[in-house]
Formats: sequence, C-alpha cells, structure tokens
Amino acid sequence: MRRALPFIAGAALVALPFVYHAPYPLHILVMILIWSFAYTSWSMMGRFGLVSLGHGGFMGIGAYVTALLWNHAGVSPWIGIPLALVASGVLAVVVAYPCFRFRIIGHYFALVTLALSGIVLQVITATRDWTGGSLGYTPERYQGGSLLYALQFTSKATWYLIALGVWAAGLYVWRLVDRSMMRYALEAISEDEDGAAATGVHVTAEKLKITVLSAVMTALAGALYCQYQMFISPDTVSGIAISLQMVFAVVVGGIYVSLGPTVGAVITIMLAEVLRISFGTRAVGWDNLVYGVLLVIFIIFLPKGILGSLLDLKRPRAAATLTRSPARSA
Amino acid sequence: MAFFDIYLLEALINGILLGGVFALLSLGLNLIFGVIDVVWICYAELIMLGMYGMYFVYSVYHAPFAVAAVTCIAGVAVLGVILHVLVIAPLLGAAPINQLLATGGVLFFLQSAATVMFGIEFKNLGLRLPVLKAAGMFISYARLLAFAAALVGMVLVYLFLSRTYTGAAIRAIAQDRQIMTLMGVDTRRIYLITSALGGALAGLAACLLVLLYDVHPFVGLSFGPIIFLICVLGGLGNLAGGFVAAFVFAEIISLGGLYLDLEWGYVFAFVFFIVMMCLRPEGLLPRRS
Amino acid sequence: MLELKGVRAGYGSFQALFDVSLEVREGEAVGVIGPNGAGKTTLMRVISGLIRPTAGSIVMEGVDLTAIAAHRIVGLGIAHVPESRRLFPRMTVEDNLKMGGFLPAARPKFRERLEVVYTLFPRLAERRRQLAGTMSGGEQQMCAIGRALMSDPKLLLLDEPSAGLAPVIVEQVFDLVTRLRAGGLNVLIVEQNVQQVLRVVDRAYLLKAGSIRTAGGAAELLDSDTIRAAYLGV
Repeated sequence: MRRALPFIAGAALVALPFVYHAPYPLHILVMILIWSFAYTSWSMMGRFGLVSLGHGGFMGIGAYVTALLWNHAGVSPWIGIPLALVASGVLAVVVAYPCFRFRIIGHYFALVTLALSGIVLQVITATRDWTGGSLGYTPERYQGGSLLYALQFTSKATWYLIALGVWAAGLYVWRLVDRSMMRYALEAISEDEDGAAATGVHVTAEKLKITVLSAVMTALAGALYCQYQMFISPDTVSGIAISLQMVFAVVVGGIYVSLGPTVGAVITIMLAEVLRISFGTRAVGWDNLVYGVLLVIFIIFLPKGILGSLLDLKRPRAAATLTRSPARSA
Repeated sequence: MAFFDIYLLEALINGILLGGVFALLSLGLNLIFGVIDVVWICYAELIMLGMYGMYFVYSVYHAPFAVAAVTCIAGVAVLGVILHVLVIAPLLGAAPINQLLATGGVLFFLQSAATVMFGIEFKNLGLRLPVLKAAGMFISYARLLAFAAALVGMVLVYLFLSRTYTGAAIRAIAQDRQIMTLMGVDTRRIYLITSALGGALAGLAACLLVLLYDVHPFVGLSFGPIIFLICVLGGLGNLAGGFVAAFVFAEIISLGGLYLDLEWGYVFAFVFFIVMMCLRPEGLLPRRS
Repeated sequence: MLELKGVRAGYGSFQALFDVSLEVREGEAVGVIGPNGAGKTTLMRVISGLIRPTAGSIVMEGVDLTAIAAHRIVGLGIAHVPESRRLFPRMTVEDNLKMGGFLPAARPKFRERLEVVYTLFPRLAERRRQLAGTMSGGEQQMCAIGRALMSDPKLLLLDEPSAGLAPVIVEQVFDLVTRLRAGGLNVLIVEQNVQQVLRVVDRAYLLKAGSIRTAGGAAELLDSDTIRAAYLGV
C-alpha cells in the first residue's frame, strides 16, 4: 500500500484540474509548483553546504532573457528559454569557477553570491531602456490567447499541468543526484575538502557541476514564472529578497528532504496569500517581515526545518547536518 | 584634452571621498567578523535604519544636525547590541552558515519593517550643502564632510584599538579566542562592546550617507553588496586589507560612473572582484584567515 | 594554597581525568609528570577554567574555582602559561605582555610589572616591538611566561614548558623557574621531561591515563622504578 501511495497521489494531482475548475485555487497551485521547483533547485546546492544567497540572480536571468528575446527579437521562448538557461549556466561558471578553484567557501562564497544577485539587479536597473528597470517588464501578449509557439496559454489548467510536470521533473532530478556518486562526492567535500581531494574527488569539477545544474534549474523556474505571470520586475524575480526567500523556504521546509522545499513553498505562498487577503495593499512588506522573523526563529530553534525535524523524530539521522557545530574545544 | 582631464580628476577625487565612507563601513564589518566570527549580512540595513533615524530626528523633529548625529550613532550602537543578544549569541556554537542565514533573516525583517513603518517613498534630509568649485572641478561639500568624518572615525577606532586594554583584547580575541579567559577577559563583554562599536560605525556612516543619498527601505542594497565584496577581497577580518580595498572599489565605481550610468560602476566593481579572486585569491593583503 | 579533590573532567563523552586529587602548598613547587595523553594538559585547563570539571572540587586559598566564572580565576592569583605558548602572533611582544596585565587589579602596576619582566628577560626588552609570531621558540616561551607574570600571580601554571624547544633552551627555562621560585612564586609544572622538572620542584605526582599513580618528593621519584615503568609501559 505504501509503495502505491506516490502513484495515487500523482494520479490525483494530474486529474485535479479536470475535476476542479476554480481559477483562483489553480493559480495558487501553479505558483506553489513553480516556486517549489525554484526552491528545489536551490536546495540541490544548499544541501551540500554550498549555500548561495544569489539564486535570485539566476531566476532573474531566466525570466528577463526569455522575455527580452521574445519582445525585442521575436524569438520563441522554446528557443529563448534554452538560451536563458545557457546564459545562467555561463554566469554560474564565471562566478563559481574562481570561487571553487581558489577555495572560496562558506561565508565567503555566500557573500560573493549575495553580491552576484545584487549586481544582476543593478544590471537590470541600468539597462532600463530595454528592461523597464524597476518598473517591471511585460512579455508581449499574443493576441489570440494561447499559442504554443509563444508558450502562452490562457487556460490555468494547462499551466497547472506544465508546472506539475516541471515540478515532478525537478524532484526526479533531485532523486537522481541523491542516488548518484556525485552526492557522496559532494557530501565528502562538504565535510572535508582536502580529505575528499585526497581520495581522488575532483573537488572543483563536482562543485561546479552541481552549481551549474542548480543555476540552470532556477533559471528555468524564472522563465516559467515569466511566461505564466506575464509580468516580471526586479523585485519579484531577482534580488536579495528572492534569494533569501528561497533559503527561508528550504530551511523551513527541510533542506535534506526532497519534498522539503515543496513544503516550504506551500508555507510561503499560503502565508503571502493570507496576508494579502487580510491586509490588502497594506500587506506590502508584511510577508517579508514575517519571513524574516520566522527565518531567525527557525535557524535558532529548528535548523533542519519542519519536515526535516519531523522525519528526525521518526528515525534519528547520524548524517552531517546544518546544526553540526565545530568541535567546541576547551 | 584639459576638459577630459578635469572630469577624470573630479571622478578620482570623488572616488577617494567615497572610499572614506566605504572604509568606515568595512572597518565595522571586519571588526565584528574578526572578533565574533560572524558576518552581519544585515549591516547595510542597520545603516538604513540609522538614516531613517537621522531623517526623523533632523527633518521631522527639527533637532540640530549634531544632536541627530549623536542620537543616530548611539541608536545604531544599541541596535548592534540587541542584534547580538537576540540573534548572534544563541547561534555562537552553530554552523557558520546558520549564523549567516539568521542575519539574512534579520535583513529581510528590517527591510520589511522599514517598508511597513515608513513606506517606500524616498525621503530626503532636505539639507542642501554647498558645492565647492575648485580648479574647475565641482566637489560636493557633503562628500568632503563625509570623508573627513569617516577619517576621524577611523582614527578614533585605531587609537581605541591600539591604546586601550579593551582595544588590545579586541585585537587579541581575533587571533586566539580560547585563551582569552586566561587573561581575565570576559569574552561575552568583548562581544557586546564590539557589537556596539560595529553599530556605532554603521550609525556614523548613516549620518554621512544621509547627506549624500535619499533614504528608502531598500537603500541598503545599493552599498551592502559592495561592502561585502570589499571585505572579502581585503580578507574578512583584515582591517588594513579592507581599508585598501575600500578605496580601490570606490575608485572603480566612481570612474565607472563617469561615462556610464552609476549602476555600471557596480558591475565593473564586481567584474574586478572576480578577476582579483582569480589573480589573488588570498586577498589584497595576504593574511591567514 | 591550591587543592584539588576528586576531580573528573573530559571533552564531551571522553573522560580524561578520573578522581584526581592533589595540592600545592605555600612556598612549594610541584610537578605533574606522566606520559603522553595522560591528561596533564586537561589538568591545567581544568584549574585555570578553560574547561569545567564534571565532578570534584578545586579550591584556591579558600575559594571554590568551580563556582566562579572562568575569567575571574586569574584574579585569584593563578596564571596559566598554556601548552605551545599561545601568544598572539600578530601583536607585538609588548602588546602580548599588556594582555597579560589586563586584569583591572594589575593595570595600575603595569609599568612596574613590565620592568620586572624585562629585567628577567632582557631579550624581550630588545624585541618589545617585534611581532610575537616572528620570534624563535625559546623567545616565545619567555614571552609567554612574561605574559603570565604581568598579572603578579601567586601561582604559576606551566604546561609542558619544554615542548618543542632545543635542550639548551629547556635548561634556560628551568633555570628561570628556579629563579622565579626563589622570588617567592609558587609553581605547578606539568611536564613530560622528567629529568628537568624533578630538579626544580619539591614534590611531584605521576599522572597516567587520567589518574594519579604515585606522589612523592622529587629526589625519591627520580630514583624510583615506577616512573620508568609508567613511561615505558613496562
């Protein structure tokens, strides 16, 4: 029965939009799925101690490159998105390679990635003639409504299925990595880089691979978001707030568990919606405020997240954790 | 040709003036990292709050500038201590990344709190300081004042660190934390004092920056990332390294802004940073971390 | 003056000291000898407060050290010269000495104590502006001892003073200890080098695998077979 559970759940999820048509809940589900995918992408790196505070930058690139190519060059997102993915992959390599090659890890790496997302934001603002700057940007709508070529659909159900597919693919990739040699290599690296290198692990190459994978997946999330929402702005897809939100969601949901980021997404989206409904436009800023407080509280009291801590209660884990303190010497 | 040179010279000078404020900020961040071994990601947000403080005390309550400045410095110093007690101290034994994330949470919180409390409109001190015209160049008096004040602040910190016992303890704890109790040093007190000092430096920077820029909840994003890059390049915890890196970055930003939009200056600075990382990974002034 | 009773201590789940009891009386120099890993450094740390005992009492002149904050212990007159010196490498000799005199009670006497230390160690006076990390092992040891002396202690804890030093320097260090004793300082030395330490102390304890095995006068221990057995595991 337990083995059948995922399939039953999966079938239910796929069947959902055909049974239940209300657009608003479907919209929420689409957002949850897209953001879950983004958060899962982040956690691909984060779970190995490669904490990036700059993933907002990759999401921004995914969104903006796709939209810009469509609006200014008429390039279909079917081509635009791969190009955006390549762009973010290249950026990831350009920034991460020197960091890894020269052993910039931990704090230092996080700060560099933080600066990266800040810089991407600056570039978007600086090129305001093209990107609309802080006012935001809209991909041009195809007049007929839905067009496969433009990757625009009016039906929420269609988007739901697309998002579901991408989300499931993300989980699948997560599982692939989880069961691969790369995972063990990266875990070894996160414990002791020198030790790992001594056993023949190509430290820089492994770290670079997971970073590029994570960056590219995040960019895809950004592109999807753009195509779905049909409106992007620096604050909604890129920047430090988004980067931190990703970290928050994964930390709260559970960083070492495949569904952890999804749990985090459910929490963040629901929280944002509840606040928006209760406060209306006065809610601006309140959701981030709550995130901030919750993030601090979670880090202090529940560093493994909700799902992680719950699973811990079921079976004790001896694995390395975010809570591991450096040996307290006398 | 002379026309070209004047603008360049002006940009160079402005770069130095800006560098002074950056150096002040990197000093604060480096002190905290050196002593407590934590990076306050929300450092720029503390400055933002200080700037709002200045706005309210000076523009809304009409206190003299000096009073506002003192209040601001003291206020942010207190904020620094509160931050340490509430967020940092409980996490002193935790993995460094957790400490980073916790201060990230505070960043989130402070930006949003400012949005909720003050709104997103830009606020200005309304203080029009004269512009000096010297040798065909326009140097803003505000920038000169900022530079001078930053310099004074740094000299005071230098004297504090080198002449006083507490200052010696601060320098020592960064080099060997464990044996400090052998000399009768209460490490918790040193952490609090350092947090207050870091906050005070942020407060001082806020007084100076508010003369130059408008304040809004996200103003920290304009210089936060740069300060981090400066500190990483100079070597986290390395006071001298941060000092040098501050001026280098300020020049790049200033010169970058000469021909293009200001934002491009930041991009150049980041590119420069990446390049330097490749060329000199141990930082500008080598130091064991 | 200093009395330990039934002290247990360790690091996490690893226990290093088992029911250790010893004392240092007024005017004495006491040694603790034992092979590597016996727990000698742990013993020093538990006295100076770097780690806390899990059981037992440590009393210095009537004050229970386990009941007060670690940084107050030096205020009671105990100065610890840690294993491998632990100077502040990027501070000058004089700054290191200044840190030794950090205690509020010691600050008014700073100049005076500095003179005492420089008289004892003329080489340090010459190098007062030199960065401590750039000095030789022997000079660092002098600086570390000087730093401990700055607080005008009643009891000096020396943790493996001979470690990593050339034999000639080791001689000098122990000669120095004798001189300090003559000046009225009590000393508790923990040391692997049996020959050197037993010639400067009055009494000694043998610590092996966390327990005191023997105690006695320095001269009698020097002759006994127990020491040899303990070190060689014979």
